[in-house]
Amino acid sequence: MTETSIVPPASPPGDNGWTPDQPLVRLVDVRKSFGQLEVLKGVSMDVAKGEAVCIIGPSGSGKSTLIRCINALVPIDAGTIRVEGQEVNDPDLDKLALRRKVGMVFQQYNLFPHRTALQNVMMAPVHVLKQDKGEVEARARALMAKVRLSGKENAYPGELSGGQQQRVAIARALAMRPDVMLFDEVTAALDPETVKEVLLTIRELAEEGMTCILVTHEMGFAREVADHIYFTDAGLIVEHGPPATFFSDPRDPRTRAFLGQIL
Amino acid sequence: MAVLLPHKPPAPSRWRVPRLRFVHLVGFVGLSLVVGGGAFAQANGARLSALEVIWKWSPLLLSGFGFNILMSVLAMALGTAAGILLGLAQIGENRTLRSLAWGATQFFRNAPWLVLLFFAMFMIPFQFRLFGYTVPFPDWVKAVIGFSLPVMANMSEIVRGAVASLPSGQWEAAESLAFSRRQTLWMIILPQCVKRMLPPWMNLYSLITMATVQASIVGVSEMLTLTAQVHAAEGGRPDLLAPLYGFAMLCFFVYCYPIERFTLYLERRFQLNQ
Repeated sequence: MTETSIVPPASPPGDNGWTPDQPLVRLVDVRKSFGQLEVLKGVSMDVAKGEAVCIIGPSGSGKSTLIRCINALVPIDAGTIRVEGQEVNDPDLDKLALRRKVGMVFQQYNLFPHRTALQNVMMAPVHVLKQDKGEVEARARALMAKVRLSGKENAYPGELSGGQQQRVAIARALAMRPDVMLFDEVTAALDPETVKEVLLTIRELAEEGMTCILVTHEMGFAREVADHIYFTDAGLIVEHGPPATFFSDPRDPRTRAFLGQIL
Repeated sequence: MAVLLPHKPPAPSRWRVPRLRFVHLVGFVGLSLVVGGGAFAQANGARLSALEVIWKWSPLLLSGFGFNILMSVLAMALGTAAGILLGLAQIGENRTLRSLAWGATQFFRNAPWLVLLFFAMFMIPFQFRLFGYTVPFPDWVKAVIGFSLPVMANMSEIVRGAVASLPSGQWEAAESLAFSRRQTLWMIILPQCVKRMLPPWMNLYSLITMATVQASIVGVSEMLTLTAQVHAAEGGRPDLLAPLYGFAMLCFFVYCYPIERFTLYLERRFQLNQ
């Protein structure tokens, strides 16, 4: 394993009996309401280790909420979510332990503006995982090179373009050596010309075997990169399948209508 | 199509001591005329002109002004320290502490400063007995405490407001990286708040400096008290009233105006660096 490899070694089976051949992320009948509004109405999905999964669907269909439930940013009302066998909605859950395994990248990058790009990448491993600073710095520089931002280590987020900031955010999440990466519409706030560079970075991750769950509007990208596509509408998963069949032979009228509008 | 262009705040120039322009000159000359008003008309024989009176008493008056500044600095230091604690309690996780801090903040923020001053003057004893020693608590110390109460409450709101003004994405990003709440607050949120808090904090200082003259009402020998005494010592001449109080006004203006300008400069600079 080279130093820049991002795929963590297979974790040993935990005390919860999870083994790598089981789904890494498993959602069963997940429900979530915000006040009167039911956003998720019983969502189930399995994501295997090394798989890239895209969630697509119209705005307001609960995609972002769904992905935020996986690392417990949003607590769910009913159902179960397991990450490596660990129950996410367990009231005694060690949220910090869960979040060390789950990396997340946001639409608005959310870099820490008072720290340089390199410091953004280094902060969590140094302060959360208490890893050695020298070792983390070497890894952070390697990650910056990996997202093609060598030379920008000392730039502040405000000095970088949207696409560059988003790639720093990806490197920041990777620095924690997560087992799964969540991408929440990461290209939605970007200029068309910088979308490509971010998608290229994500594609490389997926090809290296990182487990990825992406909420995206980039259909071309989803078709090329995803192993499995889930289509959500009004809080439900309407249809799912591998991209080849999903795009060429959609069954559900809602999927057809959606794909007809955007393709 | 100029209306369609986004609003761009003017580029900040480097901060310098406020330049004196013609307007300022007119102001100063005008004030000097008031201060020196009647000086020529009244200057016969034994009676000193207003300027001479001010000159003669200026060491005393300026020492009084120094006392105002001392009180303002101490009240600000005390109030800021207490206000930061109160503000942090307002955004803390402990529900009871949070509502207590909120209550205290609202109470002291919505009380007239003079009432708080009276409150401190009459509630705090003039001395404490501590380990057999008697610790005196002079009036001016009590006044400092009285002034620090509104500073504390306003500071508490400044802290709370600055934290609330940060985009929630900062919290989410920190959470998703497994930072604990405490780490998030101290390493990510508060460092970003400092520059947001600086302008309102300086504004508050300027206000409290000008409010310190209220201590004259409760008998602290600060500038306004001394001005009244000087006036009495000069025989209570009515023509001295405007010059003497004008001089006090001038002192506060010269002290507070640069602070105000500097605050404005900081605000403009931070607006650009968002």
